Amino acid sequence: MDRKIRVLVAKPGLDGHDRGAKVIARALRDDGMEVIYTGLRQTPEQIVQAAIQEDVDVVALSILSGAHNHLFPRVTELLKEKGAEDVLVIGGGVIPEADYGFLMSKGIAAVFGPGTPTKATIDFIREHVRQK
Amino acid sequence: MRALRGRGGRAHLIGVTGPPGSGKSTLCDKLIAALRKRGARVGVLAVDPSSPFTGGAILGDRLRMQSHATDEGVFIRSLASRGRLGGLSRATQAAARALDAAGYDFVLIETVGVGQSEVDIVKIADTVVLVSVPGLGDDIQVIKAGVMEIGDVFVVNKADRDGADRVVRELRSMLEMAATLRRNAVPASVDTLAGRTSALSAGKSGAAGFGAAKPGAVSGPGMTAPRPAREWSAEELAHHLTENANSVTVANDAELPPILKTVAETGEGVEELVEAVLAHRAGLAAAGLLEARRLEGIRAEMRSLIAFRLLDALEGGEGRAREDALAKAVLAGEEDVYGAAEALFAALSKGGRT
Amino acid sequence: MSDSDKLKDAVGRYEAGVEKSLAKFPERKAEFVTGSGAPVKRLYTPLDLEGRDYLADQGFPGEYPFTRGVQNTMYRGRFWTMRQYAGFSNAEESNKRYKFLLEQGTTGLSIAFDLPTQIGYDSDHPLSQGEVGKVGVAIDSLADMEILFDGIPLDKVSTSMTINAPASVLLAMYIAVAEKQGVSPDKLNGTIQNDILKEYVARGTYIFPPGPSMRLITNIFEYCSKEVPNWNTISISGYHIREAGSTASQEVAFTLADGIAYVEAAVKAGLDVDDFAPRLSFFFNAHNDLFEEVAKYRAARRVWARIMRERFGAKNPKSWMLRFHTQTGGSTLTAQQPDNNIVRVAIQTLAAVLGGTQSLHTNSKDEALALPTEDSVRIALRTQQIVAYESGVAETVDPLAGSYYVESLTNRVEAEALAYLARIDELGGAIKAIEQGYIQQEIQDSAYRYQMDVEKGERVVVGLNKFQIKEKAPEGLLRVDPSVGERQCEKLKALRAKRDNAKVQASLAALKTAAEGDANLMPPILEAVRAYATLGEICDVMRGVFGEYKPSVMF
Ligand SMILES: Nc1nc2c(ncn2[C@@H]2O[C@H](COP(=O)(O)OP(=O)(O)O)[C@@H](O)[C@H]2O)c(=O)[nH]1
Ligand SMILES: [Mg+2]
Repeated sequence: MDRKIRVLVAKPGLDGHDRGAKVIARALRDDGMEVIYTGLRQTPEQIVQAAIQEDVDVVALSILSGAHNHLFPRVTELLKEKGAEDVLVIGGGVIPEADYGFLMSKGIAAVFGPGTPTKATIDFIREHVRQK
Repeated sequence: MRALRGRGGRAHLIGVTGPPGSGKSTLCDKLIAALRKRGARVGVLAVDPSSPFTGGAILGDRLRMQSHATDEGVFIRSLASRGRLGGLSRATQAAARALDAAGYDFVLIETVGVGQSEVDIVKIADTVVLVSVPGLGDDIQVIKAGVMEIGDVFVVNKADRDGADRVVRELRSMLEMAATLRRNAVPASVDTLAGRTSALSAGKSGAAGFGAAKPGAVSGPGMTAPRPAREWSAEELAHHLTENANSVTVANDAELPPILKTVAETGEGVEELVEAVLAHRAGLAAAGLLEARRLEGIRAEMRSLIAFRLLDALEGGEGRAREDALAKAVLAGEEDVYGAAEALFAALSKGGRT
Repeated sequence: MSDSDKLKDAVGRYEAGVEKSLAKFPERKAEFVTGSGAPVKRLYTPLDLEGRDYLADQGFPGEYPFTRGVQNTMYRGRFWTMRQYAGFSNAEESNKRYKFLLEQGTTGLSIAFDLPTQIGYDSDHPLSQGEVGKVGVAIDSLADMEILFDGIPLDKVSTSMTINAPASVLLAMYIAVAEKQGVSPDKLNGTIQNDILKEYVARGTYIFPPGPSMRLITNIFEYCSKEVPNWNTISISGYHIREAGSTASQEVAFTLADGIAYVEAAVKAGLDVDDFAPRLSFFFNAHNDLFEEVAKYRAARRVWARIMRERFGAKNPKSWMLRFHTQTGGSTLTAQQPDNNIVRVAIQTLAAVLGGTQSLHTNSKDEALALPTEDSVRIALRTQQIVAYESGVAETVDPLAGSYYVESLTNRVEAEALAYLARIDELGGAIKAIEQGYIQQEIQDSAYRYQMDVEKGERVVVGLNKFQIKEKAPEGLLRVDPSVGERQCEKLKALRAKRDNAKVQASLAALKTAAEGDANLMPPILEAVRAYATLGEICDVMRGVFGEYKPSVMF
């Protein structure tokens, strides 16, 4: 049976703006992926446990509160601790470009800023998950 | 998979099924908490449908249980139905076995109670909790779906809403009728309420003598015969029972499965639900039925595995070509469909699949 | 031939002529639509307004049904209030800023709280990590509130607080600070947002499930009508619904549906509609489709007036008036070529003013990237001032009235909103519709449709999917000092050591008992606040009794 790409879409932090997360979840589904949606206010610990239990290929994080530099690296660290560093972690939301470098140095594979077409995210996932 | 065999059999599998939005995930969330309080380790398999068009899916059940994500004694896995015949129950059964082998004491299986494949999955559960809610319309939804007979414990969730008591009453009278029918006319070979009722109608009265009611409604692996003509509505059943009131022995309370009211959102009634599930399990164990039920489940699983295997073979090049040829022959009137199926089956099982 | 027939003839002639020339001079596209995706005709004429009655449908400004505005002279009397929302890291910093603003002649403060405060968590809660002071000021206890308003006489200012789920606690803190200043509650002026229903569907800072949340809101209505009579007890918000991706008509429909739910809850709790309805206020978005937005505000006023008068039997004309604050649309701003956002905000400002807003916050150009800098905040404010003083649109009342197009759009938004309201009534009201995920689903569908239209290029966003350029990463964005969180946690630790903890526990126990019963919760909350119980502690007591809201997702 062909295995679908599985993606965890999560919103770390406390902001409640999930328009982007829901649009991307839907776009990934419409592209044939299986999306596990965990909703708002997720701690890095919850996100990582879910990623492991759900055996996902990708964790997609969306944040608009400005806490990304604090929360994203926690997710990659914890994944590593649990031996799941092969999971592709990507981020999106209101994130200044000046922070991209820092986030990538912490293991975030890509950051998609405001206005990124969903297609770009889909293509990135398809390309990088297949490589694994 | 093979490595796991033989070690399982300890976990109690609880199926939770009911219409979309009835509060199954919320109920599971509260069941996890209640079972954890008793020190049990809990696995959850949450099944959501995939899109038939893209094969993709958004699995949102976990959202309601996510507060347990970091509890080491809880494991939650979401499954998509994958839009493929049998794929769903195959994956669910495999996952349930894995959780069992990993030492989880309870495994909750949440499925939407519509459609045959969901009903099939839930059959692997030791205890099936059937969830309904007030305000879904005039009829009880579970009856429409034809899954009433698989329930061991009945839950009317959203009891904070108007109409919960009415649903309880309706369920009760349905279950009474079913139990009464069972008591008065149960052909052992027909195992569904629908089967029972059509058997009953065939025999004109509530008395005995329905052994002839088409035993082996399922004729052979992979070739599920059409289900009995149709299922009765509540009204028809009620009507039938009044018509035949004289010859019917009414079921008593002890024979009825429990009906519980819950408010999943606040957790009201969930303790009672846990008690009812445990009581059901104890009852099965005491009557020595747990094993029989599991054997039945394993048999069903084997059958479906054989069925999937045959269907897989059909999908393959050789089988496909044969199937096409036979179908054309039927269309041209050169062959009838029964003969064609027989020929195809013979060819497939002879050739096997290596 | 009647006039109407003559007109029909003439319009027919025109359309026929156009059809003929189309082969040679085709239009830009096959279908034209508004910003919300509603069809737009080539030409609007008096035919489009046939059957409408000027006096009944439009009437006069300051008169029922208020289509043309809630005051009789509108901005000829005075301009709308230019109110910029602001909040900074901690109470000390924000206090400095508010004092500066007051020295500049401002009389109204608009307070932004950080996310932990908005969700009822103390700064030392695990979920608060990285969030303290980020999008507003962190308030953990009365001690912070005392610092926030230190040296600011609360009987002299009006304070707007963007706070919803824990609105009762923040209001209680405000009252307690006033007490310490010797200002009695009846002298207090201001607004709390207090609109929980839109949190469930769009903004996400909810705590409790709908039942207890509605109880808290009616408790506030009741308490304020007696103790804090000049307080605006709610600001029913469509802003966030639109940000979440709704159309203009959905914004009106879902906001008014929420409004109906609040009025029903208060009436059910035994309040007289005319006792609280005059203090209900609204909060809308402003997007780029100028005419559709103007139509939206006009339709919203008309629909609400009729609901209040006909459905709820309100007698006081003030109860019929829909007064609203506007904020320009954050989601319309682009991170690409951010200077372009100044132009978008200017158009949106025009829409709000032509639509008759009572107050306006204009977004800053860099808000798609980070919190705004002082420079960009100033440009945003200047935009309002240019529209007010230079554009001339404020010199007459409701200048777009009578435009065939704008009146048609107004009628259309009204009709669409009424259809939604009927559907929501069928589902059992806004709360039921939210519980079933209906409203969320409708918004999400619109958001997805919009996104796909943009990606297919059917909708052009300048600088985003057309007219792009290579850009350098923007510089000089505002950053919040990351040590704010640590300092706030230290303050909390000191507070917990210093306060009378027995008194705190007693007040929390009393609150628990009250919450389990059905008394008004404002008095016990006020007691707990006075004892320096923290926001998190107070909310935890209520979480224990009420449970927490868990959203359902539907896609
Ligand atoms: N009023 C009420 N709503 C409930 C109750 N249980 C669940 N819900 C709500 O029903 C909706 C669907 O719940 P969910 O658990 O996702 O249902 P599922 O689709 O059956 O898994 C959610 O909005 C829940 O908050 C209950 O006992 N009372
Ligand atoms: Mg569910």
